[in-house]
Amino acid sequence: MDFGPYLMLASLEGAVTAAVLALTAVGLSLVFGVMRVVNVAHGEFFMLGAVLAWWMTSLIGGHPALGFAVALIVVPVLVGLLAAAADVTILKRIAYDPERTIVATIGILYILQQVTLMTYGPDARPVEPPFNTRLALPWVEFSDGRPQLYWPWGLSTTSYKLGVIAAASVVLIGVWIVMARTRIGLVMRATQMDRDMALAFGIPVEKVYGLVFGLGAGLAAMAAVLIVPIQQAHYLMGGDPLLLSFIVVIIGGLGSLPGTVVAAILIGLSDGIISVFFSPTLAKILATLLVALVLVFRPQGLFGVRRA
Amino acid sequence: MSDTAKTAFLHGGLLALLFALQFVLPAYHHGNLARIMVLASFAIGFNVMFGYTGLLSLGHALFFAAGMYGMGLSVQILGFSPAPALIAGLIAGLVVAALVGALALRTVGVAFMIVTLMFAQAGYLTVLYFGSYTRGDEGFVIQQAQRMLWGIDLSDPANRYFAAFALFAVCLLTTLALVRSPFGKVLIAIRENEDRARMLGYDVFKYKLAAVIVSGTISAAAGAAYGLLFGYVGATFASVQYSIFPLLWVLLGGAGTVLGPFIGTLFMFYLIDLSSGITTAYMLIAGVVLVLLTLFAPQGLAGELRKRVWRGLP
Repeated sequence: MDFGPYLMLASLEGAVTAAVLALTAVGLSLVFGVMRVVNVAHGEFFMLGAVLAWWMTSLIGGHPALGFAVALIVVPVLVGLLAAAADVTILKRIAYDPERTIVATIGILYILQQVTLMTYGPDARPVEPPFNTRLALPWVEFSDGRPQLYWPWGLSTTSYKLGVIAAASVVLIGVWIVMARTRIGLVMRATQMDRDMALAFGIPVEKVYGLVFGLGAGLAAMAAVLIVPIQQAHYLMGGDPLLLSFIVVIIGGLGSLPGTVVAAILIGLSDGIISVFFSPTLAKILATLLVALVLVFRPQGLFGVRRA
Repeated sequence: MSDTAKTAFLHGGLLALLFALQFVLPAYHHGNLARIMVLASFAIGFNVMFGYTGLLSLGHALFFAAGMYGMGLSVQILGFSPAPALIAGLIAGLVVAALVGALALRTVGVAFMIVTLMFAQAGYLTVLYFGSYTRGDEGFVIQQAQRMLWGIDLSDPANRYFAAFALFAVCLLTTLALVRSPFGKVLIAIRENEDRARMLGYDVFKYKLAAVIVSGTISAAAGAAYGLLFGYVGATFASVQYSIFPLLWVLLGGAGTVLGPFIGTLFMFYLIDLSSGITTAYMLIAGVVLVLLTLFAPQGLAGELRKRVWRGLP
């Protein structure tokens, strides 16, 4: 293949990563924005989503689309409920102290990961995609001064990958509508702006916290259900999404949802493109160092606004 | 008894006990205790920053690994003998700590934790990236012939125990002297109220940087000693898990106490040792202990002791 089609292929792969990453990172960003705590166990909620999706599809059987559709709706709710329970039993009792929350969520991380290891086991298991047609993609070539379409060998994607991008976009728009246009979104934003004032106006802040923590985990789980037909479910799969979400949330500005989405697309695409052309380890080293330096020199993020 | 006498009695007593134990312990626990003393030195290093200065680093594996690889690579590639290799490890830790400190200390609170976490992750990935020298996850073994320090064979269990004991004693006594010195009092003042310390005229950044460097260098010493005593250098020791472990040990034992890191390491080591006989998911214990500690005993074991028995516990 020429360079052009190759780049297009890399960008397509990157777009799938970006879509899933945006969902995961928006979940993390929501929790940080509203509750002002860092949820280190976020990646494990992602992992749990993938593992539960495998469990649910293998339980239901029949046509792969059926089990998958059920998993896509039920799994995020299950994971969200579990997260809300963890919020009520643990985080609420330590009064959302930022440092102690980090330590506690590290504990939750190991509990979730190791319980999965004990029950689900150390194997990576695939989930069959609900639909998976191979789509060849055309490329434009100039011959004799006239543009001509042709189908280079190997330049293809699957309908499922395009479906992931579409589904993630729909969910993200949904989140935005909830945050900007509904009463519950208004309550969340009020809590984010001033916790004490919200409390004074009779907003049940602790319930909002439980809801937000559940919602954040549910978004991560949904991202995992979407990606699991492409990537297999494994008990250690939570590490990379956590790291990448951190990177995205920090670059996008802590707690800013539009910034998070823009950064997810940026990081997802460049991750896809860089790992095709360079060593993935080197790409990760540069990305982590970039994040550390952004936090040191521009703590409001690249797109964030500095708060007084 | 005066406070100084009590302090000397308590810490001297622990060291005397550890020294005496090597003659009576069965081989298995003898080996474990040597390992625990080296790891406790790592925890002591962590405690200088977390317990006394109030800086929670989530990237201490970076300093441990800096010492370990600084020592290991200079033996493996440059053919150093153990004494200069240990010094190379210490210098590596010191330089890394100074660099990380100078950058990360520009942030506070949660951002500081994430920055240290990211630096440690970059360090871990760097170890993997230079796999042709470091052998990555697989790691490399330091041969017995390369572990002769001044004619003493450090692979021999008795010598190894004594070397671990010496390291632990030096680290313990150093921190004890440190926290009782004016310098240590300033660190505690910064932990309690940074603005007030600044208002009193202390250059807070300078003190915090010094704390990071001391902490990083002690951790690097533990890392270098671990590699030399147990003859193995691998990327696992640079991974997130080894950043979490010292936090766990110090929290369990009691942050901001001199004895806490040792107590925590001892308990956690045996807890994991016992549970890994039952299940492969032994990190589950670590997770449960972390959650229970944050909920019920944020002061740790020695912290409870300080609260209930002796308020002057250093």
